[in-house]
Amino acid sequence: MAGGREADATGGVKRRELLSAAFVATATGALPPVAARAAAGPSAPPAETGPAARPQAFLTLSPAEAEFLTAAVDTLIPADALSPSASDLGVVVFIDRQLAGAWGGGARLYRSGPFVKGKPEHGYQLPLTPREYFAAGIAAVDLWARTGFGRPLAALDQPTREAALHRLERGEADLGELSPRDFFEALLAITIEGFLADPIYGGNRDKAGWKMVGYPGLPATYANAVVRAKGQPFHPAPKSIEDFL
Amino acid sequence: MSVTRLKPVDVVVIGVGWTGAIAARELTRAGLSVVGLERGPLRTPGEDFVLPGIRDELRYAIRQELFQDSSVETVTMRHARGEAALPMRRFGAFTPGTGTGGAGSHWNGMHWRYLPYDLNPRRHITQRYGKGAIPAEMTIGDFGIEWDEIEPYYDRFEKLCGVSGKAGNIGGRVIAGGNPFEGARTSEFPNPPLVRTAAGDIFAAASEKLGYKPFPLPASNSSRAYTNAEGATLGACAYCGHCERFGCEVNAKASPNTTLFPALLADQRFSLRTNSYVRDLVFDRHAKRVTAVRYVDTRSGEVFEQEAGLVILGGYVFTNTLLMLTSGIGTPYDPATGHGAVGRNYCYQTGAGVQVFFKDGAFNPFMGAGALGTNIDEFNGDNFDHAGLGFFGGSTIGVTSGGGRPIQHRPVPPGTPRWGSAWKQATAQWYNRSFGIGASGANYAHRENYLDLDPTYRDALGHPLLRMTYNFRENDQRLAAHSAEQLTRIAKAMDATIVSEPALRRGNFHVVPYQSTHNTGGTIMGSDPRGSVVNRHLQSWDAHNLFILGASVFPQNTSYNPTGTVGALAYWATDAIIHQYLKGPGALVAA
Repeated sequence: MAGGREADATGGVKRRELLSAAFVATATGALPPVAARAAAGPSAPPAETGPAARPQAFLTLSPAEAEFLTAAVDTLIPADALSPSASDLGVVVFIDRQLAGAWGGGARLYRSGPFVKGKPEHGYQLPLTPREYFAAGIAAVDLWARTGFGRPLAALDQPTREAALHRLERGEADLGELSPRDFFEALLAITIEGFLADPIYGGNRDKAGWKMVGYPGLPATYANAVVRAKGQPFHPAPKSIEDFL
Repeated sequence: MSVTRLKPVDVVVIGVGWTGAIAARELTRAGLSVVGLERGPLRTPGEDFVLPGIRDELRYAIRQELFQDSSVETVTMRHARGEAALPMRRFGAFTPGTGTGGAGSHWNGMHWRYLPYDLNPRRHITQRYGKGAIPAEMTIGDFGIEWDEIEPYYDRFEKLCGVSGKAGNIGGRVIAGGNPFEGARTSEFPNPPLVRTAAGDIFAAASEKLGYKPFPLPASNSSRAYTNAEGATLGACAYCGHCERFGCEVNAKASPNTTLFPALLADQRFSLRTNSYVRDLVFDRHAKRVTAVRYVDTRSGEVFEQEAGLVILGGYVFTNTLLMLTSGIGTPYDPATGHGAVGRNYCYQTGAGVQVFFKDGAFNPFMGAGALGTNIDEFNGDNFDHAGLGFFGGSTIGVTSGGGRPIQHRPVPPGTPRWGSAWKQATAQWYNRSFGIGASGANYAHRENYLDLDPTYRDALGHPLLRMTYNFRENDQRLAAHSAEQLTRIAKAMDATIVSEPALRRGNFHVVPYQSTHNTGGTIMGSDPRGSVVNRHLQSWDAHNLFILGASVFPQNTSYNPTGTVGALAYWATDAIIHQYLKGPGALVAA
């Protein structure tokens, strides 16, 4: 296929954007701000769960892992005018189910040895399943955070947590055997999956990720719209797989 | 291990994707009994590819539901001889298929013919640029088939698939709106082009302004309901934006499952065995024949030996090459001496992309089809003068509106943070206001790029994995840089708000980011048995009752998606089997 899809360029963080992002995050903390709900408009139903709702039962995550992931995903996708926070959208539930399921157990992952450290171009080469990898990564980041910041990631204030994730992203953290960059990429990937996958997997509650992006979801039958709406914004209310059952 | 010997049949077909299904259909129609061995499951579009579940990006695109299961079998990769190869533990750069239909179930449907130049580039380059023009390490070869020979088979495969497009050359008459560089066609495309998107309009206007001739990408996404000569009916494309990595819910995307299987499965002479993983071919060196095929039922572990008069090796590029090596048929290629043929001339593709952003754009990227594109070919093949450029080959350049599935498609301008509120803001702002233009570039064979058996890593049954020794070479890097310059020029003619720097495939080959599932070579065709595995009829030089179909026979890779040529060659070879080989079994070309 054409290569344009791969062209999402990334580069240095614009200082102004970083400052404004930090401001929003600091001002709101991990809680979904009233502003975010108000901004979602009168048509948006109230969030299904919030901090006041019943505690979430997890399939595989330990309480400490769940706390870590809640803090991490809410730093990556904080609550703001565009959407509630990742954890309020079920992203931790999504990660829990993914890690507890076949993928987390290593389905479709070639797991024969020998396990040798390769070049980055060789991709993932560890003997760990995704479940084991996240367990090891979370433990390693918390150990590093305790050493460097005096407490685990979830107990850091938001600016420090952001700074810690930036350091992981840039590879400026000692995670022992694990590559901080690789673990950050795995964390970011599964967070975005939880934010933008169909809500049947537990994340993207109320299709909030799709609403933010402007993705209409299902049924995706556009034979008429491709002509009628050509070059014009087209924003039907998104529908999920479960809306068709 | 006990082996159950099965009653002999006329033909065994290994792999029931495009090539295996075409061969099986043609040979059963010729009256032969055919067994199809497929390592994966049966996939039935009306049952497996249905709403709403088929629109699940996580399941199909991210968790790779329809792809070859890398936990069972993968390939290993190293960049150069002397390095240790490591397994691709998950498919990333390319995504081979499994199950009936093979990768033809989850492809995009880009259905190209090669340029006449692409069939015999060594001859062409030598004639145009001189005898010494091709560097010694560039081991490109010729298909050894002329345009007029292959054209009827391209035509036939297009009509099987109901390809949507616009002819640029019928019988030598150049037609406005089509690709002026294509070889002369006998007929117009079976279906009119798909609806061009707003992104396609902008690309077309910019390229016309620069003097180029844009045309609709030939699409095996049917633009209207269509019934082919097999009696199979394709639906009209719904522009759902879920082609690549997905099955098609309206049967608009041509696949073996939709175009051939209804007729094939209804034929009593055809017998399909799924979950049948072929271990090796039983080769009688003295008789120059393959006598049987051994396979394992992957559910029970039971081993079977199926005797057959004729064997069609119709797996993916890696399967075809692997089975020739594990069966000891032909001489493995040795890059140190340049001798041997099996594994030689493994090729892939190069490419580049530029992302453009329009502050007032409304591109609705979620409305699309895998092959809904607008292209130009001024920088493809040898359509431009290569004198002094330092490389051969080219790129097809264009815009494709393949879909806007948001886990994978989230364009943001250069410099945007990758997470946090600034990322959210940019994603929300630009998702509907951006598109990419891309160049898909040729990859010419290099002496040091090849396939052989891995000495260390094994598949789930304990057999060696295939090892890829591969990297981008000077020709590839220069070609990609040249294509990137053209992309940037076209992008700048669009009056976009932001134009990204070109993203090029450069440096070392990387197994993680998706590039293309256009792997070629390993069992290449040619006129000399010392440097090729099959003759121009795709018949093995070493076993006359063995025919190898698929892109593994390509002497090198062009810029185009290979399926159109893969299908045309499958018809070409089965025609030779039926009209020549069956009348007098033996070598069709004297060695």
